[in-house]
Amino acid sequence: MSALSVRRLSKRFRGLQAVNSVSFEVPDRGIVALIGPNGAGKTTTFNLIAGAIRADSGEISLDDLRLDRLPPHRICAAGVARTFQLVRPFGELDVADNVLIGCLHGERDIGRARDAAREILEKLGLWEQRRRLASSLTLPDRKRLEVARALGTRPKILLLDEVMAGLRPVETDQMVAFFRAINRDLGITILLTEHVMRAVMALAQHIVVLNHGEKIAEGAPQQVVRDPAVLECYLGEEAV
Amino acid sequence: MLDVYLNQIVSGVLTGLVYGLSALGLSVIFGVCRIINFAHGEMMVVGMYLALMLFRWAGLDPLLSIPIVGGLLFAAGYALQGGLINRLIGVPEHMQFIMLAAIAIVIVSSCLMIFGPDLQNAPLSYAYDSYQIGPILVDKVKIMAGGAALAVAALLAAFFRWTYLGKAIRACGDNLTGAVVIGLNVKRLYALAFGIGAGCIGVAGCILLLLVDVQPYLATDYTLLAFVIVIVGGLGSLAGALIAGVLIGVSEAVAGLLVQPSLKSVFSFALLILVLLLRPQGLFGRQA
Amino acid sequence: MIRAWLAPIPPRARILLLIVLVLLLAAPWFVDTYVLSVLIIVLYVAYMGQAWNIMMGFAGLLSIGHALYFGIGAYTGAVLYMNFGVSPWIGMIAGGLLAAVAGAIIGALGFRFRITGVYFALLTIAFAEFARILMDNFAYTGASGGFFIKLGDPHAFDLWNLRGSPVMFYYLWLAFVIGALLLCRGLLSSRLGYFWLAIREDQEAAQALGINVFRYKMGAVVLSAALTAIGGVIYAFYNNNLFPATTFNVGRSVEMLLGATIGGVGTLMGPIVGAFILTPMGEGLTILVQPLQQGGLHLDGIKQVFYGLAVIAIVVFQRRGVWPWLARLFHLESRRDDRS
Repeated sequence: MSALSVRRLSKRFRGLQAVNSVSFEVPDRGIVALIGPNGAGKTTTFNLIAGAIRADSGEISLDDLRLDRLPPHRICAAGVARTFQLVRPFGELDVADNVLIGCLHGERDIGRARDAAREILEKLGLWEQRRRLASSLTLPDRKRLEVARALGTRPKILLLDEVMAGLRPVETDQMVAFFRAINRDLGITILLTEHVMRAVMALAQHIVVLNHGEKIAEGAPQQVVRDPAVLECYLGEEAV
Repeated sequence: MLDVYLNQIVSGVLTGLVYGLSALGLSVIFGVCRIINFAHGEMMVVGMYLALMLFRWAGLDPLLSIPIVGGLLFAAGYALQGGLINRLIGVPEHMQFIMLAAIAIVIVSSCLMIFGPDLQNAPLSYAYDSYQIGPILVDKVKIMAGGAALAVAALLAAFFRWTYLGKAIRACGDNLTGAVVIGLNVKRLYALAFGIGAGCIGVAGCILLLLVDVQPYLATDYTLLAFVIVIVGGLGSLAGALIAGVLIGVSEAVAGLLVQPSLKSVFSFALLILVLLLRPQGLFGRQA
Repeated sequence: MIRAWLAPIPPRARILLLIVLVLLLAAPWFVDTYVLSVLIIVLYVAYMGQAWNIMMGFAGLLSIGHALYFGIGAYTGAVLYMNFGVSPWIGMIAGGLLAAVAGAIIGALGFRFRITGVYFALLTIAFAEFARILMDNFAYTGASGGFFIKLGDPHAFDLWNLRGSPVMFYYLWLAFVIGALLLCRGLLSSRLGYFWLAIREDQEAAQALGINVFRYKMGAVVLSAALTAIGGVIYAFYNNNLFPATTFNVGRSVEMLLGATIGGVGTLMGPIVGAFILTPMGEGLTILVQPLQQGGLHLDGIKQVFYGLAVIAIVVFQRRGVWPWLARLFHLESRRDDRS
C-alpha cells in the first residue's frame, strides 16, 4: 500500500520553529490538501518531504522507505515528484526537451523517453507548443509544463506546491479535472498545498490544516471548513 | 635569533598595511558593485608609474603624490565604471572576468609601451635610512609607507562611516533594491564606489613605490595577493582587509625566513584555500 | 550513420563545414611555415577551449586555473618520455588520469564546501598558483630553469614518440580538435548531455527530477581536466621546453578560456569559432603594427593593447559570444522545428 507517512516532523530556522511536530498520512491513491495561512509552514513541510531541506527530527516514509535522510534525487527515484511554488522551467530549452528530461529519469533509451514525453505533452495539451522555448510560455502553460515534467519521472506521489496560484477560475477547473483524471486513471497519489479554496474543495478527499507550524485540524473538507479553530486562524478570533 | 624574527614581523606588518590598503580598494568595488576586479593589480601598477613620473618630472616624493594619483585614478575609475563596466552588471561571471582581464591587458600593454619592460624605481634620499627601536631595526621607508597606508585607510573609514555619500554607497552594497526604492541614484553611486576603489588602489600603488621597483608584469602577483587578503579578511569588511593584509604581510615575511623566499607565496595560497573551504565569509565578513 | 549524424545540421552549415575541413586538410601544402605555426596555435586554442568548455558549459563551473591540468599533462608526458623512455601516448593516459584526480579533488572540495561562482574561480586559481610555485622549486623537473625534451629529427614522422615536423603536429592537433568536437557532440545529444543541460539551467529543479547533480558535475570536471592534460602533452612535445612560470600561470589559464568565452560558452562550435577569430586577429595585429615599431614604441605592447580593446568590444556587443550571433545571422543552426 503506497502511502506517504509524516510523523512528528520538525524544522527550526534560527529563531523560528517553522514546523513543529507535524504528523499526517496520505493514503495510497488519495488526494490530500495541506492548507493554512501564510507562514503556516506548508512550503517548508513540502521542502522537507521533497528533501530540499533537512528535518531536525521526525520521520517521512513512502511505503516503508524512509525518505527523511535521502538527497532530493533519491527521493525522486523513490517515486516522489514535486512542482515548485515559483515555477522553474528550464527556460533555455524547449517544451519537449523539458519534459524529455523528466522522462529520462530511470529510462536510458532516448527514443522511448521521447515517446513517453509525447504522451504526457498530449495529455496536458502542450503538444502544439512543444518547440517553443519554455521561457516564452504563459504562466498557466508554464505550470502545466512543470506538472508534465514532474509526471515524466513516473511518480507514485505528486507534490503540488500552490500550483493554482495566478490561474483564472476556468484554468483552475481544467487543472482540477486533470489531476482528478491522473489520480483516477494512473493511480497517482496527490499531496497539494493551496490557497485557492475552490481547487481544494474540488480536489481534496482529506484536508490537513497548519498554523504557526502546527497541525490544528484535519478531516474531510466539509468538516474542516466549519471547524472553529480553522476559521479563527484565517479570520481572527473576533470574526468567529 | 629572536630579533631577526621580530624585525621580519615588524617589516611584515608595515608592508602588510600597504597590501591591506590595496585590498580595501578591491573590497569596496566588490562589496558595492559586486564586480570582481581582475584588473586590480594593473590599476595599482598604474598608480606606481604615475608616482614614478611625478617623482621624475616634479621631484615629488611618492607620499606627496598621493592626492594627485588618488584623484587621477578616482576619475579614471569613475569614467571606466560609467562607460564600460556598467554594462556588466548582471552578466555571467565569466563574461565579467573576460572584460576585466581584457582591461588589464590593455593597461599592462600600455605601460609596456610607454615605460618598457625594465624594473624602475624612485631613488629616494632616505631610501637607506633606518630607525633603531630597541632590538628592532626598521627601514624609514617602511614606516612611512605603513603610516601613510594607515592614514589613508582611516580617512576612508571615516568617509564611509560619517559622510552622507559614504553611507549611501554602503546602502547600495547592502541592499540594492532598498537603495533604489529610497531614491538613491544607484548608477552614480556605483561609479563613485568604483572610483573610490580605484583611487584607493592607485594610492596603494603610490605608496608601494617606496618599497618595490615597478615593471609592467608586477600586476598579476598583486591581483592575486589582494584577492587572498580580501577573501581572508572578508569581503565588505574594511577592518578585515587591513587586518588580513597585515596577516599576509607578516606570513610572507616570516615564511621568507623559514623556507626559501621563492616559496613564500605558498603560505598565502594555502591560507586562501583553507579560508575558502572552511570559512568563506572570511575572518570578519558577514555570514554569506 | 553519417546521415543520421549530419541530419540536424542544415544544408548551409554542412557545406560550410565541408569547405572549412577541406581547406584545413590541404593547408600545409599551400601555406608557409609562419602561417602554419599560426594555424597550429589556432587549433591548440580551439582544442583547449573545448576542453575547458566542458567544465564551464556543461557543469557551469568557472575555472581560471585550468593551467594546472595543462601543466600536469605536459610535465607528466615529458618526464615519462625523457626519464623512462615512455611514449607520449602512454604519457597522455597517465597525465590524463593524474589531472582527472586533481580535478576530482578540486571539484569535490567545491561541492562539499558549497563553493560557487567567483569563489570557486579563485579556488582554482589558488591551486594552479600553488602548483606553479611548487614546481618552480621542484628540482626533479628542473625547477624554474625548465624541463627540456630532446629534439628529434625534424623531418621524421614518428607518431609514437611525437618527434617530427610542424606539419605532423598540425595534423595531430587537427585530429584532436575534430575528435573533441565529435566527443562533445556525442555527449550533448546523449542522456548525459540532457542532464548537463538541466543542471546548467536549474540545479534544484534538476535534482527534483532525479538527477544526481554531484555525480554529473563531477563527470564534467574530470573529463575537462583529463582532456586538458592530454592537450598539455601534445603542447610539451611540440614546444620541447617547459617552464613552470609559463605552464602553470594564470596567463596560460586565461589563454585557454579566452577563445571559448569569446566564441560562446556552452555551445558546441563556440570554442572553435573563438579560436579562429582571436588568434588570427592577434597575429594580424602584429603585422599591422610592425611599422609603428620604427617609432621606437614597444611592439608587444601595442599589439596587446589592440587585442585587449578588441576583446572588450566583443564582450560589450556580443555578451553571449560570437558563435550564437553568427549562427542566427547565417541560419547555421537547425531550427528546433526540424527535430522531432
